[in-house]
Amino acid sequence: MLSIERDIHDAIVAHARRDHPDEACGVVAGPEGSDRPERFVPMVNAASSPTFYEFDPMDLLRLYREMDDRGEEPVVVYHSHTATEAYPSRTDIGLAMEPNAHYVLVSTREGGNSAGPVEFRSYRIVDGTVTEEDVEIVPPTRVNREPRSQD
Amino acid sequence: MAVEVRIPTILRTYTDGEKAVSGEGATLSEVIENLESNHPGIKERLVEARPGGDGESDLRRFVNVYVNDEDVRFTGGLDTSVSDGDQVVVLPAVAGGAS
Repeated sequence: MLSIERDIHDAIVAHARRDHPDEACGVVAGPEGSDRPERFVPMVNAASSPTFYEFDPMDLLRLYREMDDRGEEPVVVYHSHTATEAYPSRTDIGLAMEPNAHYVLVSTREGGNSAGPVEFRSYRIVDGTVTEEDVEIVPPTRVNREPRSQD
Repeated sequence: MAVEVRIPTILRTYTDGEKAVSGEGATLSEVIENLESNHPGIKERLVEARPGGDGESDLRRFVNVYVNDEDVRFTGGLDTSVSDGDQVVVLPAVAGGAS
């Protein structure tokens, strides 16, 4: 199960709506081994595409160095689908390289940029096998979060 | 010449869970050969045969390698030279999408 705080959930949805019709992507980092998604890090989709996303290679390096320095790992890796359901595509499955991560998919196909309904679903993707899991949205608990702006 | 190679989570099955291992070589290609001799199977995850079958290999499309924080795609790919004390970072792309 993925347990995620309400404000981080909302930030992921807002990012997906903002970037629609292109796919939005990012991670939520958390202390290594904690399974707690705590630090929302929206990333630029270097592909700027409605059907593909990819972190820019230099952004990727910076992100992983930063997580390394802070003793974090990507607890959640999220992206949006903008015309299809929030289910991992064959591409998503083939390229999923974080066996410990919760892969969150958001679909903006119904609401687009507006505050319409979105699907928000989470999966484990390990060795090509997809397992959907429940998502529990919990109240925010911390006050000192340091959200990183998109740069 | 010894370099430090940072290994991503998904490839640590080849390095007994080590986050970083030491490698030897004057080019990235040689470092990868050296890694392969100590951690069999890892090379296949990093490089693939170039289409056309001329026996040459390229870095896999969705694997990023950096030497001292520079993306090797801009420094000569597998021919990128490395020096004693350099740091090599391997990071799988974070990518996907509906297509």
